[in-house]
Amino acid sequence: MASPEKLKFQKSHEWTRVEGSIAYVGISDHAQEELGDIVFVEIPEVDDEFDAGEEVTNIESVKAASPIYAPVSGKVVKVNQELEDAPELINQKPYEAFIFAIEMTDPSELDNLLSYEEYQKTIEEE
Amino acid sequence: MFPYLPHTDKEIKEMLSDIGVDSIDELFADIPSKVRFKGDLKLPKGQSELEVYTRLKTLADNNRQAVSFLGAGNYDHIIPSTVGALMGRTEFYTSYTPYQPEISQGVLQAIFEFQTLMCELTSLQVSNASLYDGHTAASEACALAINSTRKTDTILYSGTIHPYTKQVLETYFEDLNIKLVELPEKEGVLDTDSVKSRLGDNVAGLLVQSPNIYGNLEDYTGLSDLLHEHKSLLIVSSNPMALGAIKSQGEWGADIAIGDTQPFGLPAYYGGPSVGYIAATEKLLRKMPGRIVGQSVDEDGKRAFVLTLQAREQHIKRERATSNICSNQALAALGNTIYLATVGKEGLKELAEQNMQKAHYLAEKLKKEAGVKLAADQPFFNEFTLELPKKAADVAGSMEADGIFAGVVLNQLDASKPDNLLTVAVTEKRTVEEMDRYVQSMKGALK
Repeated sequence: MASPEKLKFQKSHEWTRVEGSIAYVGISDHAQEELGDIVFVEIPEVDDEFDAGEEVTNIESVKAASPIYAPVSGKVVKVNQELEDAPELINQKPYEAFIFAIEMTDPSELDNLLSYEEYQKTIEEE
Repeated sequence: MFPYLPHTDKEIKEMLSDIGVDSIDELFADIPSKVRFKGDLKLPKGQSELEVYTRLKTLADNNRQAVSFLGAGNYDHIIPSTVGALMGRTEFYTSYTPYQPEISQGVLQAIFEFQTLMCELTSLQVSNASLYDGHTAASEACALAINSTRKTDTILYSGTIHPYTKQVLETYFEDLNIKLVELPEKEGVLDTDSVKSRLGDNVAGLLVQSPNIYGNLEDYTGLSDLLHEHKSLLIVSSNPMALGAIKSQGEWGADIAIGDTQPFGLPAYYGGPSVGYIAATEKLLRKMPGRIVGQSVDEDGKRAFVLTLQAREQHIKRERATSNICSNQALAALGNTIYLATVGKEGLKELAEQNMQKAHYLAEKLKKEAGVKLAADQPFFNEFTLELPKKAADVAGSMEADGIFAGVVLNQLDASKPDNLLTVAVTEKRTVEEMDRYVQSMKGALK
């Protein structure tokens, strides 16, 4: 079971898990709760390059279509193809179901992300 | 008493007294007096049904009657009587877009069948429930290309697409920082050699049309591969009637197929209503504009239809919407569906064949007997363009006196085209006698 305390977060509700130079990205438990049943995850293209903060893809729930932003700059090296047929995995295991992984060009950008505690605070303020 | 205003004064009084107001005027009491219009509207007095009918008949009689060889997107085809009879049923005719769509299984099934037919014709995987017309379909297709490719801002289009499509594209993208680049034509078709040098990271897609505005068929061999190497999409517009005889968009490797389904059971009205079709690869499904009906099962396991992808632009995308199309051309698309169900697969092939053969008969005869030449030596379907030794408008005017609409004067659609080009459409409706009369009339007009 992935523990959210070890993850980094963005205010826009994405989590980031770092493995070496690769950053895995998904959405928080709070985000999936707010969105309700996820019905579609647009799978990004491997090899596309993004800057930190840039929109990478979209997920759609019965309530809203939401953009997913890149936590760090780099190239998409891996995508979670399973979500194409089973978008509900995000509702079921939000901290395991990553959407894409980025090979970081500048790992120092991780310092701009929030800790779990800091993220919890921003949710409470919402 | 007017038959189209069903309430009598007595009934109106009863209704008002039921809700406790004295006059209709009182219903508007909540609107501040200073913004309310006072006095009578400047409208003519009401007329009886007979007077209205007589007036409309007089206007309709001003229409000029002639044997039509007009085309350029709007054709005079046979319309089987099933189309009017079924479309005119009140269950279809008077119902607006259902807001509780699943209640209207009949409408949903008709749309589902329309989508299925469009997929079959275009050899692509997904079709939406229809768009307004072929020109808006072209613009939505370009928007779809922009929205499904990264960091692009340019649409290339062939100079041989319909001039109205160009105008609608310009209107659509005027304020969106999208660049539209026209590619040159060569001998009446797109100069495909010009595509390569224009491709780059910023190009979302290329829009081409075959049969094109001249009626010529274009060869897209290798085009989709070239575009895909640059991550650009290929959008092919086709008269769907031609798809009974020519290579479909899917077979050319197109990502998006579009066109106008007026030839399928809709009259050649002046200005519509028409129907735009759009079909695409499955990859583009979620970015398709408008709505898509899907097939499912009800709680008893019986076949049922649902508005699978409804107006997501309104419901969930809102400010992130990529299209403002939330509806479709349901009734006219129903006409297309009834038409295709009536003529069937073999019938459509035969129609396409007849259109092609008749158009070729007339073109040959004009070349031999009237001494006119085609503007380009290219294969064509049911339409061809003549390069006349005189102004096309004058020739068409003189032939109209013989009871013939000779064709579309291209220069009137697009002032940049030479004024001696006449585009002639020949459908299955035209008889040998009519075509022979056309040739004689043309000879007279050129004297």
